[in-house]
Amino acid sequence: MSGILIYSEVEETALGLLTIGKSLSTKLDKALSVALLGNETPDQVETYFSHGAIHAYIGSDSALTHFQASVYAEALAQVVTLVKADIILIGSTRRGRELAPRLAQKLSAGCVTDAVHLSLQDQHLVIERRALGGNTVSTRVIKSPQQIITVMPKIYNAEPGDICEGEIIPVSLDLVPSSTRVLELRPKKAGGANIEDAEVLICIGRGLNNKEDLALIQTLADTLGGMIGCTRPISHDLHWLTEDQMVGLSGKEVSPRLCVAIGISGQIQHTVGMMNAEMIVSINKDANAPIFGISDYGIIGDLYEVVPMLIERIQHDL
Amino acid sequence: MNIIVCMKQVIDLEQIRIKPETREPVTQGLPLVFGDFEKCALEEAVRIKEKHGAKVTVLAVGTSKLRDTIKEALAIGADDAIILVDPVFQGSDAMASARVLAKAIQKVGQYDLILMGDSSADEYSGEIPPRVAELLALPQIGCVREIEVIADSGQISELKGLRVVRDLEKTLEVVEIDIPVVIGVTSELNIPRLAPLSAILKASRKPLIEWGLEDIGITAEEVGPIASVVNELSNLTPIQDRKGVLFKDVEEGVVELVKVLDREGIVAQ
Repeated sequence: MSGILIYSEVEETALGLLTIGKSLSTKLDKALSVALLGNETPDQVETYFSHGAIHAYIGSDSALTHFQASVYAEALAQVVTLVKADIILIGSTRRGRELAPRLAQKLSAGCVTDAVHLSLQDQHLVIERRALGGNTVSTRVIKSPQQIITVMPKIYNAEPGDICEGEIIPVSLDLVPSSTRVLELRPKKAGGANIEDAEVLICIGRGLNNKEDLALIQTLADTLGGMIGCTRPISHDLHWLTEDQMVGLSGKEVSPRLCVAIGISGQIQHTVGMMNAEMIVSINKDANAPIFGISDYGIIGDLYEVVPMLIERIQHDL
Repeated sequence: MNIIVCMKQVIDLEQIRIKPETREPVTQGLPLVFGDFEKCALEEAVRIKEKHGAKVTVLAVGTSKLRDTIKEALAIGADDAIILVDPVFQGSDAMASARVLAKAIQKVGQYDLILMGDSSADEYSGEIPPRVAELLALPQIGCVREIEVIADSGQISELKGLRVVRDLEKTLEVVEIDIPVVIGVTSELNIPRLAPLSAILKASRKPLIEWGLEDIGITAEEVGPIASVVNELSNLTPIQDRKGVLFKDVEEGVVELVKVLDREGIVAQ
């Protein structure tokens, strides 16, 4: 049994997985394949070949019209058997996170979700993921013959190579359609620009008293040419900002040059999302707030005093 | 309708301290709590019971302290609770944990809806709902933030299924699903109630059952570290190399901060 199989319903994520897949396939001497599942045969397969895949296994079946983890896991399990894959890398999207453990259970295999780093030690895959609510990074190995790993999107970027030929292999799947019915897909409210692209990110938390005070934060963001992000309560409970603006373990992980944390106490589930910022500045009136422990610069003070002063000073400086 | 709510006891993550010299987390002696997602799962089960009529069973895994903390779940409205506190269950990986839960659910026997937190507060792996669903050969829906019971004129006898909203990255997916089903919920589902003290006191009268290995028909080789296929090599806090400059004087802080931002080229001269 030997082979690496890549799957993600998001093409960009699958291409990123091929980058690490390609490196592993060379070092471990395993063939690199990609699985494409859906109700129709995809027309653009060459992109996967130029990113390192040798084979593209196409599973087209009407049972795959809508995503249902049980059916998709069965489809992928049939491809895994065909490929004789022992390393299966899946994009850690919401769907990928539902799919991978179900596939793992079908194969009686170990699984690690949300991997942030993959490496080899004595030809064995070593996987890092966050643990204890983001407090720690846990390094793990999977002992079962097959290893299922979901990898966080954007950890590995797509690296297109030369145009090359690959083999397209249609797979006839044996699937029972799910009885679940998808009635509707509603687009979520989006905050506009993607905070993952921000060079400067102003993050706000419960320290902000009113929704109207967002104007003050927006002025600071404009002054610094930045975007606004927030903790879970601001987006998910108070709905002052949209959910795609939430930074944290269950939201986005950002890596701006500067992150300004305002009125954020520093709960680990949130701060883990900003750990990759080059510089962290925090403003909080509680001198004991944990956020100061992970900051490069901290100002102990009322945000309603500090922020206007900061805006004025920067504008004065320009 | 019979609802099983699976809950896991976790340490209070906000209270974890890190040993500076080794970067190891100190987790001993910390208070144990239920995760937010699981509290919402329980709340939803109780709301369904109040509206449509249902029997709510809590199935919880944890340490011996669970014998006390489970009373909170009973006080909130569960009809009975089953706890799995035998130390032999500790140290199981996701596959072994799912095996234990699935066996316990099968032993309960009657279930239409199995509610869980989509991911636990500590591991946040999201592995348990899909694995348990696979073991029970049931469909599963994760990241659920709304649940509506489809029943004619609110009568439980004519229960048809569920309509749920699955929370994806950019879209909300409305799905209709037959029962029985495994559902993983997130904290947008509801705001869990707090149990009044009087209800906690009365909760002692509700059935609380403790199951061990033999009760659920599982052997010692199938649980715990020996049955685990995922091994942890290390678990350390990441190295954070932050300057940690703190200003108590606001004016000084603002002046110095702007100097730094200038120097770093973040605010253009």
